[in-house]
Amino acid sequence: MTTSAPLRAGWFGEFGGQFVPELLMPPLKELEEAYATIAATPAFQAELAELLTDYVGRPTSIYLCRTLSKELGFNLWLKREDLAHTGAHKINNTMGQALLTKHMGKPVLMAETGAGQHGVATATAAAMLGLKCLVFMGATDVVRQAHNVRRMELLGATVHPVQSGTQTLKDAINAALRYWIAEQATTHYCIGSVVGPHPFPIIVRDFQRCIGDEMRTQFRAKIGRLPDYVVACCGGGSNAMGTFYPFIEDEGVQLVGVEAAGTGEPGCYHSATLTQGSDGVLHGTRTKLLQTEDGQIMPSHSMAPGLDYPGVGPEHAWLHATGRARYECVNDMQAMAAFNTLCRAEGIIPALESAHAVAWVLENSATLPKGCHVVVTLSGRGDKDLGIIQELQETQRKQA
Amino acid sequence: MNAPSKLEAAIRAATAHGRPALIPFLPAGYPNKDRFWTELAALDAHGADVIEIGVPFSDPVADGPVVEAASLECLDAGVTLAWIMTELKARAAAGTAPKAPLVLMGYANPFLQYGLQALAADAASAGVAGIIIPDLPYEERGPFLEALSAAGVDLIPLIGLNTSPERMQLYARNARGFVYLVSVMGVTGERDTLPEPVKAQLAVARSLFPVPVALGFGISRPEQLKNLPADAAIFGSALIRHIKQGGDAAGFMARWQ
Ligand SMILES: Cc1ncc(COP(=O)(O)O)c(C=O)c1O
Repeated sequence: MTTSAPLRAGWFGEFGGQFVPELLMPPLKELEEAYATIAATPAFQAELAELLTDYVGRPTSIYLCRTLSKELGFNLWLKREDLAHTGAHKINNTMGQALLTKHMGKPVLMAETGAGQHGVATATAAAMLGLKCLVFMGATDVVRQAHNVRRMELLGATVHPVQSGTQTLKDAINAALRYWIAEQATTHYCIGSVVGPHPFPIIVRDFQRCIGDEMRTQFRAKIGRLPDYVVACCGGGSNAMGTFYPFIEDEGVQLVGVEAAGTGEPGCYHSATLTQGSDGVLHGTRTKLLQTEDGQIMPSHSMAPGLDYPGVGPEHAWLHATGRARYECVNDMQAMAAFNTLCRAEGIIPALESAHAVAWVLENSATLPKGCHVVVTLSGRGDKDLGIIQELQETQRKQA
Repeated sequence: MNAPSKLEAAIRAATAHGRPALIPFLPAGYPNKDRFWTELAALDAHGADVIEIGVPFSDPVADGPVVEAASLECLDAGVTLAWIMTELKARAAAGTAPKAPLVLMGYANPFLQYGLQALAADAASAGVAGIIIPDLPYEERGPFLEALSAAGVDLIPLIGLNTSPERMQLYARNARGFVYLVSVMGVTGERDTLPEPVKAQLAVARSLFPVPVALGFGISRPEQLKNLPADAAIFGSALIRHIKQGGDAAGFMARWQ
């Protein structure tokens, strides 16, 4: 049986746990209890469902690509998380956590962000529910993603640039954990993916499973059966986990997580944690990591800012170890090509993260059976990435 | 395995004289790989009862900016746990190791990558009496405790101002060496004053733990310990800052005599 039910709470096989300072154990316990007693109630579920429908715009549609399906010879479906409010799946998680925070009686919602997508989604949920919002963001990312910093500020959030370490996402998570130690009485840490100490990986996965749950219902309605391949990009792993989780027991459904290989050159920095990393502990959880043999965390890279993280959710490490899901790599150029294809062929500008998932399908189209049904979670829209793409095109033009 | 703890003995020797034991903290390889050993010897010669050596980590979530920056400098200089062990073993063999018992303080991941069996064996032969792991709460201690206690190395628990008596009792059951009470709700780094609840929490900890209670995080001056019945005081950021500003370990320790 491949259920995710852990032997010890918070563990998926040998991955997971709570490797945090003792000072964080009381708020983690408090969160675990609040999640069990508050989030499980019909009243909370009903309130969240209403917000997801009326505010977020769920269920998001499922779309059968008209042009590409014909060209590829199989059915390529897109689960349109790009159509959710704020333009990505991140809002599913932040609405859930913000509502829980409200019910816990904490006035402050605090988050880390890399690209700023989770920061924007947190600021949005906080604004809507009347919570104060603080976002930690690496100083490098504050410069790279200035547009999202402005969005967060418009939504009333305070953005704290993090000057320590590599000044990117992993350091923003360190800063958020440090802040939470000091302000745990008033503050909930709204973590942005299925990472971190127990119970975060479970909470975030549960709030994201609406993606996979809706997909199942939509497929039954559209084709009367489940899809053959379910594909999602994997940074920390929240859109992939939310997509995969409801399919775990459906042995006939192949689950494919797509990681970022960076430039793809040997020795380059990348974010292919599951396919190229090793076991270790970071940010409170035992998982696959990019690290040196001395256990120092290595800088990661992807042109897709949301995939740029040297760790991954522990439940993915477990799905990888058991073989229930497979994880594949796509490099920057392949993702760029898929991005262009989707823009031109289907009139959809995808997030660069999501373009990685589409790229895996396009790169492997020859090996996928004719007439099969492949669904890709299109985790977000690409408006946020126009700066990165412009820069890339200019470099290419200069090189040509 | 049941031999008396060197750490507990060193701390009790100080409290028997009516003063808290002094436990300075210096990241291994700080301010540079050579001078570190000079400063370590100076700490030993100038009143340190126990010395805590930091094992640098890229992502130290329990540390403030001063310790983090020092750790990253050491990593850049090529400090590894293997280097620390090799150097300590060489000094132990040459009879030039500090008299004060040594404690390593580091995060779980570098220890895990080193291997817990190798860690325990090398710590024992390098003269390391205990290990402090700030991201290892009670729930995750099992494999570490098993490996270290078999080698006679103490795994020092950390508790905070928000640790309940029930959780303290869990830690107290197999505590050896000393227990580390984090005196602030926050990360390492100097504070002007320690929070009011420290005094009451110290009293609870002293009543529940069979081992001495050390106070650390936020401490820079002896006056801060007035009226606080701690068995030991741990200070790191203040020492690092003193050295960064051109001072040395001997000068820093003089303040505490
Ligand atoms: C559009 C989009 N997709 C995917 C991700 C990657 O995160 P995760 O793997 O948690 O879904 C991000 C992260 O910011 C994102 O913005």
